[in-house]
Amino acid sequence: MKLFAELIRKLDSTNKTTLKVEALTRYFEEAPDKDKVWAIAILSHRRPPRPVNTTLLREWATELANIPLWLFEESYHIVGDLAETIALIIPASDSSSDKSLNKFLQEIIELKMLTNMEKKEYLHENWLELNYYERFVFSKLITGSFRIGVSQKLMTRALSKATHIDEDILAYKLMGNWEPSKISYSQLVLEENEEDYLSKPYPFYLAYALENEVMALGDVNDWSAEHKWDGIRSQVIIRNDELFVWSRGEELVTYKYPEFQEFVGVLPNGTVMDGEILPYPQGEIGTFNDLQTRIGRKTVSKALLEKTPVILKVYDLLEWKGEDIRSKPFKQRREILETLISLISSQKIPLQLSKSISFNSWEEVADERNRSREEKSEGLMLKKLDSPYLVGRKKGDWWKWKVAPLTIDAVLTYAMRGHGRRSNLFTDYTFGLWNEEKKELVTFAKAYSGLTDAEFRKVDAWIKRNTLERFGPVRSVTPHHVFEIAFEGIAESKRHKSGVATRFPRILRWRQDKKIEDANTLEDLKALIP
Amino acid sequence: MRAPLLAFNDKGIYCAQAKVYLDPWKPVDNAIISHGHADHSRWGHKNYITHHSNVPIIRHRLGEIVVTGKEWNETFTINGVTFSLHPAGHIIGSSQIRVEYKGEVWVFTGDYKMEDDGVAVPYEPVKCHSFITECTFGLPAFKWVPQQQVMNDINQWWQQNLEDGRTSILFGYSLGKAQRLLKHLDPSIGKIYTHGAIENMTEVLRAQIEFPATTRITRNTKKEDLKGSMVLAPPSAHGTPWIRKMVPYVTASASGWMAFRGARRRRAIDKGFVLSDHCDWQGLLQAIEITGCEKVICTHGYTEIFSRFLREKGYDARTEESQYEGELGELETKSEIEKDAELVDKTPES
Repeated sequence: MKLFAELIRKLDSTNKTTLKVEALTRYFEEAPDKDKVWAIAILSHRRPPRPVNTTLLREWATELANIPLWLFEESYHIVGDLAETIALIIPASDSSSDKSLNKFLQEIIELKMLTNMEKKEYLHENWLELNYYERFVFSKLITGSFRIGVSQKLMTRALSKATHIDEDILAYKLMGNWEPSKISYSQLVLEENEEDYLSKPYPFYLAYALENEVMALGDVNDWSAEHKWDGIRSQVIIRNDELFVWSRGEELVTYKYPEFQEFVGVLPNGTVMDGEILPYPQGEIGTFNDLQTRIGRKTVSKALLEKTPVILKVYDLLEWKGEDIRSKPFKQRREILETLISLISSQKIPLQLSKSISFNSWEEVADERNRSREEKSEGLMLKKLDSPYLVGRKKGDWWKWKVAPLTIDAVLTYAMRGHGRRSNLFTDYTFGLWNEEKKELVTFAKAYSGLTDAEFRKVDAWIKRNTLERFGPVRSVTPHHVFEIAFEGIAESKRHKSGVATRFPRILRWRQDKKIEDANTLEDLKALIP
Repeated sequence: MRAPLLAFNDKGIYCAQAKVYLDPWKPVDNAIISHGHADHSRWGHKNYITHHSNVPIIRHRLGEIVVTGKEWNETFTINGVTFSLHPAGHIIGSSQIRVEYKGEVWVFTGDYKMEDDGVAVPYEPVKCHSFITECTFGLPAFKWVPQQQVMNDINQWWQQNLEDGRTSILFGYSLGKAQRLLKHLDPSIGKIYTHGAIENMTEVLRAQIEFPATTRITRNTKKEDLKGSMVLAPPSAHGTPWIRKMVPYVTASASGWMAFRGARRRRAIDKGFVLSDHCDWQGLLQAIEITGCEKVICTHGYTEIFSRFLREKGYDARTEESQYEGELGELETKSEIEKDAELVDKTPES
């Protein structure tokens, strides 16, 4: 644990990627193998299940700190991170623990089985015995999400430096379902093992948004274009008569989409497809809101399957007949895919090809992009015909060319402090639109992004001076500031007070030139519903 | 019921009996000033009264003003109200302001800290009935470690950067924090350079206190000379072209806010040293206890939270709105930018 806490301290002491990679590399060279597996697991968001709920954690930490619970809660809202609050508030200790990271995690896993009394005793004992960084790391392991400014990519790069194994190969090895408590470092990182690869997806290739003029991409004949679908990016694998569905977050979600079981037997073994899961009620593409009803469910009822079935819009083929074809040019992969789809077209399975658009000029591509809302797409994807399927987010061969978002002017009504690098800053905002009489502001969306750091600081300072009421961490503020809110889609919703759900709302700009009377009404918003 | 001896109005903390304001935020006739930071000593008052060691500081910041310097504990009476200044330990020349009328004693802290930083005259507790206190860091999450330990860390960090061939850039306010850091940097490690704003203020203070030698960074400063050195700069210099000359460099900030990981990450600073010129949680509680006061008024910082805690402990505690920059920790930098902008204008870049 000392070594791992020291690693976190080092990562915390620099803002420079090279130094972070250096610290990680050294850790992977020096740490015991079992600890390394856990470090990889933690930095790729594979934490053990939380052994204690956070309410109890707060109560128990508060007891040690000898302060009232409300004061702990207030501090937590300001610090913005539970583990950090615990580490700060409990009386300081200079001692340190010799237990390994592996030992700590074994204990944390076993902790789940213990009684509350035993859990509390265990936590108190360790909290008091650890120094600040160890205590912070220990509490982080217990509370869960371990975001510390190190991406999985950075971790993989360091691991590659330490092991001299190619980064892309490592990224592939680290994907999928593996249990840090059961796998050895050698099995996970060093060994080649065919059987393990049965369910393994390939790392996703992600595109950047197009920033420059589309013309700058060069000869239009070098490019392929298709609509960009707004669903769940996923990889569907058929190997050994088994189906595996992976989401982009590397989550195995096969059980959530039972309709895809029909692929088995129709598609040959050794097929891996990249595509988008889309809602398909009444035989046409639905809204993202429809899909929401499917995402959260662990078990899918028959009624739901009938009401909101899904399809896979497939756009790429990564493995064919058991062979990894990612290095073949996009054009060739598409040809195989299109042949495959046409061969099985008579079968009624929920699989559709994301069609390539035909065009002769960038103008024609642009015209098609303008039709995106009709097609229920978010815009276009531009892919270079000779591009291989790369790993991770890379610039150059693939571009997202989204349509301009819908926008509306809304009034800031509530604010909450952010987390992480925005802790102690009011950056999470709620926006309202006028009701019919223009007397009341009705909440319609929350947004957390879109302002610059400097703007956030200004709004934060204003909020602190213009708070009307406090509701725990939330503050209502004097209606005064108007913001232009952008969003990707809009649909009616019974779950929202406004009766409208917007997709990915964010702040486009701060309209300091506008007064609150100039903000839009809920009716204006509803007029945007297609 | 008689009007309270000190009351908050739209201009500042007002003593009606003496017709005097304490740290007013709008121009008034008579102002008693706790210390030289911009949110406490503002421009435009007719008469300033402050500790004599603060006189050169506010003269430097505010130009030609009418100001009277007082000694510690020296009493002066205005219309039956007795005033005196007592060390607050915040920065050089920072005072608590004691106000007494007909046996009733109030103390206004301005900003203060308990630890002796080796530069400011250390904080001295003053008995009172009513205590008007800041609580910038009035949360139990704030716990300072002794200065010696922080300075050891800073000197070690510098030494390590020097060995790695990098310049160390350390951010701190040009008034107060910069001199505190300077006083305890180890000049045997290397040369200490300063940003113009810090150099100007330090020059003013050298008349009162001895500091290690510093060199102002000017257009003529050579890049090679900076390598491995320590550069003291105000927070506003972060992310400006001025800093390019120091490449390759590492940055650090010394502030109480560095206790929060998020605060450091948001500023895109490499390293955060937790070093504050304000009281931490325990410091505030301790200070209040020693005064023996019954009433507490919190002016800036986490006022609502802190005063609620005090009420639960049995104090008659409340919050008053002021324009001192407490909870607006982020504005530290903003006011600093404004101050520095003024100062940089005056800096001869020869």
